[in-house]
Parts: sequence; structure tokens; C-alpha cells
Amino acid sequence: MKIFKKIAAFFAASALAVTFAGCNNQQESGGNDGSDNSGNAAYKTVDQIKESGEVTIGVFSDKNPFGYVDNTGKYQGYDVYFAERIAQDLGVELKLVPVEAASRVEFLETAKVDIILANFTVTDERAQKVDFALPYMKVALGVVSPDSAIIKEAEELNGKTLIVVKGTTAETFFTENYPDVKLQKYDEYNEAYSALQDGRGDAFSTDNTEVLAWAKSNPGFTVGVETLGSTDAIAPAVTKGNETLLKWLNDEIAALADEQFFHKDYDETLAAVYGDDEAYKENLVVEGGKM
Amino acid sequence: MQGIEVLFMGNNLLRLLSGLWVTIRISLISIGFSLILGTLLGAVMTSKKPVIKAICRVYLEIVRIMPQLVWLFVVFFGVTKLTGLNLGGETSAVIVFTIWGAAEMGDLVRGAFLSIPRHQFESSLSLGLSKIQMYVFIIFPQAIRGLIPNVINLSTRMIKTTALVSLIGVTEVLKVGKQIIDANRFEYPNAAIWVYAAIFFMYFLICFPLSMAARALTKKHGGE
Repeated sequence: MKIFKKIAAFFAASALAVTFAGCNNQQESGGNDGSDNSGNAAYKTVDQIKESGEVTIGVFSDKNPFGYVDNTGKYQGYDVYFAERIAQDLGVELKLVPVEAASRVEFLETAKVDIILANFTVTDERAQKVDFALPYMKVALGVVSPDSAIIKEAEELNGKTLIVVKGTTAETFFTENYPDVKLQKYDEYNEAYSALQDGRGDAFSTDNTEVLAWAKSNPGFTVGVETLGSTDAIAPAVTKGNETLLKWLNDEIAALADEQFFHKDYDETLAAVYGDDEAYKENLVVEGGKM
Repeated sequence: MQGIEVLFMGNNLLRLLSGLWVTIRISLISIGFSLILGTLLGAVMTSKKPVIKAICRVYLEIVRIMPQLVWLFVVFFGVTKLTGLNLGGETSAVIVFTIWGAAEMGDLVRGAFLSIPRHQFESSLSLGLSKIQMYVFIIFPQAIRGLIPNVINLSTRMIKTTALVSLIGVTEVLKVGKQIIDANRFEYPNAAIWVYAAIFFMYFLICFPLSMAARALTKKHGGE
């Protein structure tokens, strides 16, 4: 039985160790004030990336048209186009890692990727855990309505019924700023879109990237209000404290403004979904980090 | 039938199959380790010593209570944060599914061992067999009959749970499916149902032979 005892002890010890690791981990991500980087694994500086000959960038693999994998198995999209340029300018190979929205911060905190380029919206809470570079895209609210009664100003909605999805920025924004708008709330996007098509509400509001894409593929509906509320920045992020890479990225984004790189990026990747319309383009694209 | 053509566009079918291979690889390795470690653990769990019993109990409960997703995050991210050791996604997945599988397997084996009549233990020992010989030659062959259906059940559960590994950056069959659906969401909004049907069929293809094997094995051992 001695051998069994040893095995049992080993199992118990490893289980406990892993569990404590878990508790510790949660405390760190919950209570980290941003100045303490002891929890972050060793990130690679720009020199180390160049030396290793490879930059690892985390992107979405199922968020068409920002980061997705096409039918031939190749990564495509607005974020991927920029990632390819980063690797080219660093003079290294590009390694793309598929990430999920929920694990983007952890991938950086553990330095499993050098950069996250996954439609990452800059928020104060996230900025305490990762370092954001200059923005390369922006997102605000949009309002889509039927062509027969286009809503062109948010004020026109007073007294009317607006469809929103629960838990979105749109719900909070209209509750706080337009108390006279009647809100009709749904749990999921496809329910909300069906409601709009059935005429159960006068308009629907959510992120403008989302409504713009939807209106494109659904004739008879127009995005009358393209930007509303506060505009959020979308930016690349690096591991907290990786100053050389952060500076390199900021210089890169500033330099790319000369060739209007992100306009070209839009034409190559987003135009197919959002159209060539200049107004749409200006609503999304950010050059040189200037919002 | 609108949208079914998406399955045959580009390399989609091949990509789904290579995703399936990732699923099978992770599951089979984990199930293999779980079988070995779980059998040993099961034998340990039948111990009468309160301390050993308590330790096994705590291990089993911790593994059962914590969702597999949390385990994946703890091993993939937590270990790197604490030790700096950079485990790959697949390695982490195998570790997590082995920790889980061994615990569940151990409990199944314990149950199967306890179902063996007491006199079998006593007579083997009185014949002069060592404890290990007793388990290997007397107890385990008898326990295996009741064990097989449960082990197969656990294996199919493990295969299906591997879908969670996409959250730590491993692209398995379900994730490939989501990528295909999303890449075609503007041109073929109805592709989802066909892609999911294909994935359903693929899971069936790996799980069904397992339950067939289970039936055959149970019959074989039942005849003894």
C-alpha cells in the first residue's frame, strides 16, 4: 500500500497547489492597481522580438470583417491587415493566435501573445491591466430605421419605440439621456432585428459597426444616425509595462498616417461590408491615433 | 438546402476534419492517462485509512465542483503567471482533462471495487497473493464488467467537453465550424445549420463506435 499512499499524496498535493494558484490568480486580476506588475510573465521587448524572428499577435478568428478565417483557412480582416503590416515593419514572421473576447486580457498578462489586435475597446478598467497604444478605429452608437420613416436625429425618437438589446451600451445610453424614448428590450440580436423587420418598434440602436453592416445586407433599412453617444476607441494592446513595444506601436501608427494606411485597410477589408461611402469610412477609421 | 455549399467551399471540409483531429487527439491522450491514473486512484480510494479517504474525497470534490473552463484558465494562464512556465494550449488541455478524468475514473473504479464481494479480497489474501497481485489478477478482472459502460460514458463526456479548449486558443472542430459560419455570415446567413449538422455528424462518428465497443466488451466479459 505504500506506493498507493504516495500516489494519493501526490494527487492531493497537486490538486491543492492548482487550487491555491486559482485563488491567487483571481485576487490578482481583481485587486491589481496597475502599478504592480509582479503577476505578469516576462514580455518580449522590441529587440527580443526582432531577435526571435517572430511576433505573436492575438486576433479574433470569428469576427467578420475585423478578424476571421476565410474559406481557404487564411486569416483576414481589418485587424489582420494591420497585424501583417506590423510584422512586415518589424522585419519578422507573423504568428497569429486566435483569442476570445473573454480571454484577451489574460493572453497579455501571461505574455502568451506580444500584441492583442482583436477589436479591443479602450476602457478604464482594461487600461489598468494592459497598456493600450494609439487607437486605429472607433466605435459609437448607431440607429437603424425603415426607409419609410427614417430617424435622422436621436431627438426624433421621443415618444416613439426604440428596440435595444439588454446589457448593451445603447440601453444604458438611452435610459440615461433620453427618458422619453420608449425602450423595447430583447435578449439577443436576432430577436431585435426580427422585431425591427416586423415593425414592432420604430428603430433599433446598438454599436454603429453592427447596424451599418446589417443595413447593408437588408434593403429597406437605413442607418439614419451613424454616430451617437460617446465614441469609444479601438486600439492595439501590449502587456502592462512593455514600454519599448508600446512606443514602437505608437510611432508606427503615427507614421502610417502619412500613407493613410487605415483608409487603405478599410478599402481592402471593410468596404465589402460597409461600402465605399466616405461618411461611413470616417465614422470608423482613425489615422495617426487622432480620434 | 441553401447554405450547404459552404461546407464544400475552399478547404472547409478539410479544415473541419483537421479540427476533429485536434478534438480526437486531446480526448484520446487524456482518456488514456485518466484510465491509468484513475485505476490507481480508485484502488487508493478503497483504503480504510481516514486520512487517505479524506484526501481523495477533497481531490474528487474540488475537481467536480470547479467547472472545466475554470480549470483550463487556471492551468493555461494561472501556471504561467505564478511560475513563468509557458504551457501550450493543447498541453494545458490534456493536463486539465486528465486531472478531471482521473478523478471521475477513480470514483468509478472505487465503486466497481466495492461492488466485489468481500470474500474475494479475503480469499485472495489468504491464498498468499500480495495486495497488488490481488488487484491485478482477482479484483480488476471482475470489476471491469460493471466498469465499461461507465468508462465509455465518461469518455464521450470528455470528448464533448473538449469544445471548451477554444477559449485557450486551441482551434478544435467546433471552433472551426464557428469560423466557417462567421466567414460566410453575409453571403450565406443560413450556413450555420449545415455546419452544425456536419459537426454533429462528426461527433457521432467518434462517439458511436465507442458505445458499440462498450457493448461488445460488456458482452464478452459478461460471458466469463
